[in-house]
Amino acid sequence: MAIIERPVDAPATDGGPAVVATPSSSFGYLRRPVQTKGWRSWAFSVDHKKIGIMYGVTAMVFFIVGGLEASLIRAQLARPEGHILSADKYNQMFTMHATTMVFLFVMPMAAAFANYMIPLQIGARDVAFPRLNAFSFWTFLFGGIFINTSWFLGGGADGGWFMYAPNSTTPFSPSDGVNFWTLGLLITGVASLAGAVNLIVTVLNMRAPGMTMMRMPIFTWMGLVTQFLLLFAMPVITVALFLLLFQRNYGATFFSVQDGADPLLWQHLFWIFGHPEVYIIVLPAFGIVSEVLPVFSRKPLFGYPFVVFSGAAIGFLGWGVWAHHMFASGLGPISVSVFAVATMAIAIPTGVKIINWTLTMWGGKLYFSTAMLFAIGLIIEFTIGGLSGVTHSVAPSDTQQTDTYYIVAHFHYVIFGGGVLGLFAGMYYWWPKVFGKLLSETIGKWNFWFMIVGMNMTFGPMHILGLQGQPRRMYIWTEQRAGEGFFNLAFWNLVSSIGTVVLVTGVFLFLVNVWHTTRKAPPAPADPWDARSLEWITSSPPKEYNFERTPTVHALDEFFHRKYEDVGTGDQHEYKKVATGEDVIAEEVAHADAHIHLPSPSYWPIMLALALPIMAYGVIYHTLLIVAGAALLIGSVFGWALEPSTAPESDFDPPSDGGETSKELAVHV
Amino acid sequence: MSDTTITDPGVSEPDPDDGATLDEATDGTTLVDEVIPTATDGSRSDDGLDHLGLAHHTSTGLSNTKLGMWLFLGSECLMFGGLIATYMLYRNRQGDAIGPDQLWDIPFTSASSFCLLMSSLTMVLAVSAAKRHDDRNTRLWLITTASLGGLFVAGQVYEFTTFYREGLGYTTSLFGSSFYTLTGFHGVHVSVGIMMLMALMFMLSRNKVAGDKAETVEMIGLYWHFVDIVWIIIFTLVYLIPA
Repeated sequence: MAIIERPVDAPATDGGPAVVATPSSSFGYLRRPVQTKGWRSWAFSVDHKKIGIMYGVTAMVFFIVGGLEASLIRAQLARPEGHILSADKYNQMFTMHATTMVFLFVMPMAAAFANYMIPLQIGARDVAFPRLNAFSFWTFLFGGIFINTSWFLGGGADGGWFMYAPNSTTPFSPSDGVNFWTLGLLITGVASLAGAVNLIVTVLNMRAPGMTMMRMPIFTWMGLVTQFLLLFAMPVITVALFLLLFQRNYGATFFSVQDGADPLLWQHLFWIFGHPEVYIIVLPAFGIVSEVLPVFSRKPLFGYPFVVFSGAAIGFLGWGVWAHHMFASGLGPISVSVFAVATMAIAIPTGVKIINWTLTMWGGKLYFSTAMLFAIGLIIEFTIGGLSGVTHSVAPSDTQQTDTYYIVAHFHYVIFGGGVLGLFAGMYYWWPKVFGKLLSETIGKWNFWFMIVGMNMTFGPMHILGLQGQPRRMYIWTEQRAGEGFFNLAFWNLVSSIGTVVLVTGVFLFLVNVWHTTRKAPPAPADPWDARSLEWITSSPPKEYNFERTPTVHALDEFFHRKYEDVGTGDQHEYKKVATGEDVIAEEVAHADAHIHLPSPSYWPIMLALALPIMAYGVIYHTLLIVAGAALLIGSVFGWALEPSTAPESDFDPPSDGGETSKELAVHV
Repeated sequence: MSDTTITDPGVSEPDPDDGATLDEATDGTTLVDEVIPTATDGSRSDDGLDHLGLAHHTSTGLSNTKLGMWLFLGSECLMFGGLIATYMLYRNRQGDAIGPDQLWDIPFTSASSFCLLMSSLTMVLAVSAAKRHDDRNTRLWLITTASLGGLFVAGQVYEFTTFYREGLGYTTSLFGSSFYTLTGFHGVHVSVGIMMLMALMFMLSRNKVAGDKAETVEMIGLYWHFVDIVWIIIFTLVYLIPA
C-alpha cells in the first residue's frame, strides 16, 4: 500500500509527493517490489496508466508485425505468378496477419485507451482490481508472443483467422501452427475476460461523486458496452477453441464429419463470438471519435443519449446476426431470412451514430487538427464499409460475394476505416494527456493523408477485384485469366499493392512523429484542445494518483462547464469562457486531498501470467511443462491471495489534523 | 484556444445551482470559483451527494469483488451454454458404439448429485456463520461443503472409470467426446471450488484472510452455488431426459 501524505496547505510540487511503499510488513512469501524507476517499476506496476502505455506500445509492435505480413501478401499479389511466398507460407501469412491485427493490435490498442482513459474519465484513482489489470496485460503480451513463436517452431497457423473446422483439424493442417493459434487465443482470451470484469466493475462502481451514468463521457460508455461484449463473447470462442484443441491433441471427434459430426458446429460457435467481436473492434473507436468531434467542432455532442443508446443497441443486436457470415453454408431459407433482416436492422443504430456525428459538426467552428481529420476520415470510410456491409445482408447478393475480395474490401473498410482511424484519432487527441507533449501537426497531417489515400488505394480496388470474381486466400493469379479492359485484375491488383506502400509510409510517418515529438517537442499546455471531459482536470501526464482531489461532477462535459459560463437568457444558451484549463486545474491543486491511498506494486500478476504460456508449450511438447506451469500457477494464485491489497490499519498514519483516516480512496481488490 | 463565446444548443446543461457558492468561497473569489463546488456547498440535493464534503463514489452499492464475481459467473454461463449446446447436438450420435441408455446408472448419479446439492446448504450455513463472526462454525461448514464436493468428484471419477470399462472412451464417438468434455469441465470447476474452500479454511485458521472475512466466504459461496446450479441443468439434460 503506497500512501501519499501531504499537508493540505502545501500542494504538490512538480516533483510530486514522496511515495512511501510499505516494506516487509506484507504477507505473502515475497517482499513487495518498491522500485519507482527502471524496468521493475513497469514489470510489477499496477498503475492503470503505466499498464495502458504498455498495452499501447505492445499493440503498436504487433501492428508493425501484422503490417509486414500484409505487405508480403500484397507483394505476392502485385504481379501475376508471384513467387515471393509459397502457397503454404501464403496461407500462414494471411492467417497470422488477421489474427495479429484483430487480437494483438486493435483489441489491445482499444484496451490501452480504455485502461488509461476510463479511470481518468470517471474520476477514479485506478481500476477496481489493479493487480488483475496487470495480470490482463502480461497475459495478453505472453499470449501474443506465444502465438508468434510458431513462426520459428514449424510455421504459423494456416486456416484463416476463423480457422474453420474440420479444415483446421490435423489431417488438413498437420503442423503445430493451429495448436499455437488455439492455445495463444485461449491465453489472450483470459486477458480479455479479466480486463472486461475489471473495467465493468470500475465503471459501475468507481465513478466520481455526481457522475451519474448519463453524465459519463461517451468513450467510457462505449468502453462499457465493449467490455460487456467481451465478457459474453470470450467464453463462446473459449469453448470452440477447447473443442478444436481436444480434437487435434487428444483424439476427440467434434469436427470429424466422417464420424457424423456437424460441419457447422465450429462456424456457429466461432461466429457467435465473431460477430460481437466486430463491435468489440469498432465501438471503442466510435467512442474516441465521439470525444474528438465535439471538441474540435466547439459544440457538445449532438444527441448524447442517442449516441449512448445506439451504442448499447449495437451491442445488443450484435448477438443476433452471426449467421450472416454463413449465408453460403446452406442454413435454409428461414434462418437466412431471419438473419438477413436482423443484419439490416443493425444498420439503424449505426446510422444514428453517423448522423449524430455529422450534426455535431454541423454549424460548429471546425478546427481541423490531425485528430479531427482522422475522426472525419472514420465517418466517411466507415460509412463506405457499412454500406458494402448492407449489400452483404441481402442474402442472394451475399452468396455471390462470399469468399471474394469484395468481402476483404468490406471488412477492411470497417476495421481499418472504422477501427484503426479512430484509434489514430485517439492517439493524436490524447498524446498530450499521456505524454505531456503534442504530436507534430505538420507530420501528423502527412501521416493522415498518406494513411487515408493509402487505405483507399489498397482496399478500394478490392471491391472491383471481388465483383470481378477474384477469390480470397488465392495465393497466385495468372495473366491469361486476369481479363481485359478497365476492370482487368492485373491493373487493380497492382494499384492495391502500390496503395499498401503508401499506407505503410503513412504508418511510418506516425512513428517518425513519435520519435520527433519525444526528442524535440516542448511540453504541451495543460488543455491544448479546450477539451470537455474529466480526464483533463489534472496535470498532463497525470500524477500517479490521477487527481489532486476526487472531482465532483455536476454535468456532462464537466471540464467544459467549469471553463464556460452560461450567459444566455431563457432557453437561449450562450457560453462565455470564464476560466482557462490551467485555472481549473490550479483550483483542484489548491484543494488537494491530504491522504491518497494507492495500491502497491506486486510480483504475482506477471508470474501468474507467465504460467499460462509454459502450460501451453507443455500441451504441444511435453507434459512435464504442463506440470511445471501448473505449479507456478498455483503458487502464484496463493501468493496473490495471501498478499493483502489493502494494507493493515496500522499502515494508515492518522492525518495531522487528527481527523478520520480516509480509506475512501483505497482501492480494494 | 482563445476566449470564445459559443452557442450551445443545450444538450448538456450545468446544474443551475452551480453558481450558488460564489460568496462562500474563502480563498479569494475568482470567477473560477463559481463553477467549482466547495466543501460547504449544500445547495444541491438532486445527485445524492454527502454535503458535508465527504466525497462518495457513484456506484451500484455492491462491493467491487461481489460485482466482479457476478460478472465472471455471467461469463461462465455462456461457456457452459456452449458446452451444453455441443452435447445436446451430439447426444445421440454414437453410431454403433455404446450409448447413454446402456450406460446411465440413474440411482448412483442421483446420490452423488444429492451430495452436491446438500453442499449448497452447508455452504449457506458457512456464510451464515461467517456473518456471525463465528470462525469455528465457519470452518466446520466449509470442511463439510468441501467433503460433500469431494464425494461428488469421487462419484464422477468412479462413473467415468465404469463408463470407460463398459466401452465409452473419450475418442469412441461424438457422444463420448462431448459427454466427457461437458461433465469434465464441470468436474474441474467443482475441484477448483474444493481447492478454494480448503484454502479459505486454512487461511481462516491462520487468520490470513485480507479484508472482510464474511464477504470472502460469500464470494466462494457464490461460485459454489453457481457450479451447483449448472450441475442441476447438466443432470437434467444429460441424464434424466431420455435419449
